[in-house]
Amino acid sequence: MRNGTHASRIVVIGAGHAASEFTGALRAGGFSGPVLMFGEEAHLPYQRPPLSKAFLSGESALGALELKSAAAYEKMGVEVRTGARVTTIDRRARRIEFEHGGFAPYGKLVLATGGRARPLAVRGLEDAQKPSNLHYLRTVADAGPVREFLRPGLRLVIIGGGYVGLEVASVASKRGLEVTVLEALPRLLARVTAAETSAFYERIHRDAGVAIRTHASVRRIETDPTGNTVVAVHTEDEVLAADLVLAGVGQIPNVELAERCGLVVGDGIVVDEHSLSSDPDIFAIGDCSNHPSALYRRRLRLESVPNALGQARAAAATLCGSPRAYDAVPWFWSDQYDLKLQMVGLSHGHDRVIIRGRPEERSFITYYLQAGRIIAADAVNRPKVFLAAKRLVGELAQITPEGLADESRPVQSSAPTVN
Amino acid sequence: MPTIVFIEHNGEKREVPAEAGRSVMQAAVENAVPGIVADCSGSCSCGTCHGFIDPAWLAKIPPAGAAESAMLEGLLELQPNSRLTCQITITPDIDGMVVRLPKSQF
Repeated sequence: MRNGTHASRIVVIGAGHAASEFTGALRAGGFSGPVLMFGEEAHLPYQRPPLSKAFLSGESALGALELKSAAAYEKMGVEVRTGARVTTIDRRARRIEFEHGGFAPYGKLVLATGGRARPLAVRGLEDAQKPSNLHYLRTVADAGPVREFLRPGLRLVIIGGGYVGLEVASVASKRGLEVTVLEALPRLLARVTAAETSAFYERIHRDAGVAIRTHASVRRIETDPTGNTVVAVHTEDEVLAADLVLAGVGQIPNVELAERCGLVVGDGIVVDEHSLSSDPDIFAIGDCSNHPSALYRRRLRLESVPNALGQARAAAATLCGSPRAYDAVPWFWSDQYDLKLQMVGLSHGHDRVIIRGRPEERSFITYYLQAGRIIAADAVNRPKVFLAAKRLVGELAQITPEGLADESRPVQSSAPTVN
Repeated sequence: MPTIVFIEHNGEKREVPAEAGRSVMQAAVENAVPGIVADCSGSCSCGTCHGFIDPAWLAKIPPAGAAESAMLEGLLELQPNSRLTCQITITPDIDGMVVRLPKSQF
């Protein structure tokens, strides 16, 4: 569709990575109608990954995290309203309604609502009021207090051995806290990587003095009599005294607005390869969306910055009249201690794992193969090899397993683009 | 406010105002310079904010650190004056710096 008057006003709900990228791509693509972005947080769109890394450690200030400055949005002619929570999408009237009252009409609507931290549901937390020393980490409002409370000698119990939990463990142990990570599944990073990488990270954290407990479900959170302060975390096997508790137990996509207005939702707002939902005037992009992967031939909901940006660009391209299917290879990164972990692809269904490099020297890449093709790779401190692996996975290249583990021999694959 | 000059691969030149304290990548993104992609939004993890710093200016910016250097090695169009622009902070010293962009960021 072109910039006709019937599609002359584009409204974005959400103000994170996807929303920011979308508005930029829209203007770059030549859309000249009104563009409005409404975010419920009090800030302009900012980078979320540093909240558990450089922002938490104090290396980066909030201002540095802003994706685009206020002046940049003004220059682009994008109106951004923060602190604006949307309660209803009225598809018939084509308008959105706000918690504070008032409404905004739309010609096209983009849902970039992201997700929220999954709340812990264990005994001891039945009260509506969360204890003041129990923290989640999703927003800047969460991260500020955590950063302030990370003081040497304090006992920090982290519930959840995923990216957020492990990144916070890295920062906190370096800061001199006594850190314990409790992971309910048999290994760390269980949802996102295979056993070999989990084992590597378990070793790294233990070497840094972090206590790791796997197969450890939290049975109860024990608070003081007022209920305002956690004093201990109980698992089946032990009682851990705690000064501070951080829970990183997953993300719930913010699909409620979509559900309530009757859009198709299933583990995220269901969209096609152009980020278009079941309503021809509504798009959904980023963490809140469920989209088809041409590469893996199944639907995915990805919680990653590159995915948010890619879907944003696809939606913008469609709205600018040049639809382009989003079919990028999923990839992620995580910074813990001096280790850069870069992961490409999804390893579920792999039938072979080959490690190339030296885990003991903290520099290696793990290739995941399925029927002779590379479907995923995890690289630790090997950015050059990661970038090459990204190209290989993008083509599901056939890879010669013999000699792959031998660093003195070049990687042999069917992909012509890799040097 | 300092200015950064981006020269696209097709020769097109864009002079953009760049706020001190932001990165060269952010100046590009905020001013819709098409040749910078920035897939990781500035975390030195994607290699898609690659730029060739004009040699006259290279000495005026701190050299690449270990993390950036490791990423640079993986770029397809690596040149001696290649840098990841998300790692270059804008200061008054680099007012007018010229950055050429590669044919592709992938």
